[in-house]
Amino acid sequence: MNVTPDISKQVVPCWSCHGPLQAGSAFCSTCNAVQPPAGVDHFVRLGMAVDFDVDISALDGIYFELQRTLHPDRFATSTAKEKAYSQAQATAINDAYETIKDPLKRADYIINIKGVNVMPDGCNLVNDPSILMEAMEVREKLAAAENISDVDAVANQAREEMKDIVAGISLAFRGDDIEGACQLTTRLKYLTKLLDEVRQRRTQVV
Amino acid sequence: MATLLQIHEPGETPQPHESKSELAIGIDLGTTNSVVAVSRDNKPDVLKGDDGTALVPSIVAYAPDGSAIVGVLAKGLLLSRPGAVVSSIKRLMGRGVEDIKSLAGQLPYEIENENTQGMVRLRVQGNSLTPVEISADILKALKERADENLGESVTKAVITVPAYFDDAGRVATKDAARLAGLEVLRLVAEPTAAALAYGLDAGAEGLYAVFDLGGGTFDVSLLRMQKGVFQVLATGGDAALGGDDFDHAVAEYFLGQRTEKLHEKSFSADEAKVALMTARIAKECLTSEESGEWVIEAGGETSRHSLSRDELEQLIGPMVGKAIKICSNVLDDGGVSTDEIKGVVLVGGSTRVPLVRKRVGEFFGREPLADIDPDEVVAIGAALQAEALTQGSDTLLLDVIPLSLGLETMGGLVEKVVHRNTTIPVAKAQEFTTFQDGQTAMSIHVVQGEREMVDQNRSLARFNLTGIPPMTAGAARIRVTFQVDADGLLTVSANEDSTGIESQVEVKPSYGLSDEEMATMLRASMEHAKDDMELRLLTEARVEAERAMNAVEAALKADCSLLDEGERAAIGRQIDVVMAACRGSERDLINAEAENLDTVTRPFAEKRMDKGINDALKGAPVSKLESKAD
Repeated sequence: MNVTPDISKQVVPCWSCHGPLQAGSAFCSTCNAVQPPAGVDHFVRLGMAVDFDVDISALDGIYFELQRTLHPDRFATSTAKEKAYSQAQATAINDAYETIKDPLKRADYIINIKGVNVMPDGCNLVNDPSILMEAMEVREKLAAAENISDVDAVANQAREEMKDIVAGISLAFRGDDIEGACQLTTRLKYLTKLLDEVRQRRTQVV
Repeated sequence: MATLLQIHEPGETPQPHESKSELAIGIDLGTTNSVVAVSRDNKPDVLKGDDGTALVPSIVAYAPDGSAIVGVLAKGLLLSRPGAVVSSIKRLMGRGVEDIKSLAGQLPYEIENENTQGMVRLRVQGNSLTPVEISADILKALKERADENLGESVTKAVITVPAYFDDAGRVATKDAARLAGLEVLRLVAEPTAAALAYGLDAGAEGLYAVFDLGGGTFDVSLLRMQKGVFQVLATGGDAALGGDDFDHAVAEYFLGQRTEKLHEKSFSADEAKVALMTARIAKECLTSEESGEWVIEAGGETSRHSLSRDELEQLIGPMVGKAIKICSNVLDDGGVSTDEIKGVVLVGGSTRVPLVRKRVGEFFGREPLADIDPDEVVAIGAALQAEALTQGSDTLLLDVIPLSLGLETMGGLVEKVVHRNTTIPVAKAQEFTTFQDGQTAMSIHVVQGEREMVDQNRSLARFNLTGIPPMTAGAARIRVTFQVDADGLLTVSANEDSTGIESQVEVKPSYGLSDEEMATMLRASMEHAKDDMELRLLTEARVEAERAMNAVEAALKADCSLLDEGERAAIGRQIDVVMAACRGSERDLINAEAENLDTVTRPFAEKRMDKGINDALKGAPVSKLESKAD
């Protein structure tokens, strides 16, 4: 299931030359005026298939190419309307890039796109008692840490597990196991939060 | 009208008016020194004064009538007329009275304290001046230097700000530029500008750190450079850490010795000023010398002070350590370790201090780069960006917001809406709800900073969202959206979802100038403020008319077969009328004729839409339309 309607065959008028324009285009094919961003999902915006497995350097390439033409710096001497549309475009592209680049945000987002019927309440399983218990134990460990290497040990363990979790999420999505992906994503959320805490603790321990 | 209108073949109408190569300058508005540069054909030039120097001391001397002298001349008055001279004003940009209370003892200014709200005001020679006005005087001097050097009146500029400047500091800088008659094309972070100057020069690829220690501010940015894209991954800093602090540490050391030697209980303001200047000279000397002796003459008493480089390093060591610690945090934020960094760029005069170079080298495990003069590199980067923005470019700067933006929630806690190090422009929304039955208004308090409690962060603005229909507690859905533009400036809007009530606020920092204050200053500062405004509106009208003509030209080129000769001629005639209007300077006429062009071409646009939709139904992609129309 896809939240974005197929707009590839829709024709809309360009705000500048008033001529026909394929819906979703960033620029008018006739007068080259920048258009307001289309209401499409992050993957469509970057011209990518909805897939958890992302080649980050390819993503960077797509992102840079889009910003090269749409960033407000390209419209510094244009009309107010073009400036506003370029800002809206660049904002939407940044949002898409930021979401797709990060495995946690990406997993969450794909579950939202694909899992509307599977998990009506989204995938908020933070109340999982085993995670809560574990979180308390790790926090005590962090609080007791007396030097950087103690803190780093906690961080390294979390990072190692994250790799496995991301691989597991990928596998779950490939098998269309949204519920499984959801559970792993909850775990990933917990680990991400843990790493944030580690970072804070790290600044306190000298 | 007596003028005969020329009629061109559709599609052959010449460009409305030759795009004038208007030069835009790059300005590094520094705490200690400022620099202005210009770039032509990708070749940046630092603009020099009559004395052949590039640096303009950021020092302003005021006469009782409010007239200002900027730069070397003002610096010369620092000792003889200390009460008339203002230096390091950048440290107060965007600061409120409360902010600077803690600094009061250290500041060589007389602060007007009567209004504790709003922007700080200084009393100089009987004039009451805000930091924005004083900075505007520095910018005016830089603009004059550019005007003289380039032989034309420059109106557009890229101005750099410390990466770690908050919204208030950025707004204050933009306001100062407006007062100086400069349109800010973009505010660019200083380390990012420096990276641009380096990266373009060296064709660098990979991860780079920029260590920027100026007179009053410290920034460190982590950038990824890749095929002409300068992507800032993380930035950090301290808006109140710089070479000034080194000077203060040395001055305090000297004054301690002096009071002891002269058996004084305390020292006078004059002694403090002289000690500060001496400290600065000593610090600079010890960059090349191992030790030296200096004399402080004030109030008829002379004292001698010796200082070695080792002693200097002990005095400033903790401050350098603070900067290094910030570097470590920034790398952590960017998820990068020092061995992944390909190069470290030094920016800012204070990176000449040997201890700074040594500690930076040790931390990053490599010799830092300082090939471009650290005092000029930021202005050079700004000039390159000014050219890129006006003439087009293949390079791209992607910068981040340095400090998180959030809202006050129950119990004085901060709910972060936009996290620090998010790439700009960015928009984020957060939903809130009412906590009392029948609540019809909500007070929104915008803060900037990383701490959990509101009062530990910077308060940017407060506004009220009113007219919420009475509902039970928790039923209203209030969506607050933060939009940060490419200058790093924030706009906040709020709307109640179930009723669509909307409230949009241009966030003016709590310590900023109100619109009325700004208007009054504009009137007072520019004799031709009105002309200036009119000129800007006229330029905008021309730009808009040109856009409309270009759009019609493009449409004619693509679809001229849809028109008969008479229709084509009618459109051609109206284009000529708009062009003629653009050559004149009647703004209303330009707008009206552009509007007429829109009316005249409307049937044409309708035909084009019909054709586009028909083609789409037949399965032809719209993008092929232009080739088919020929």
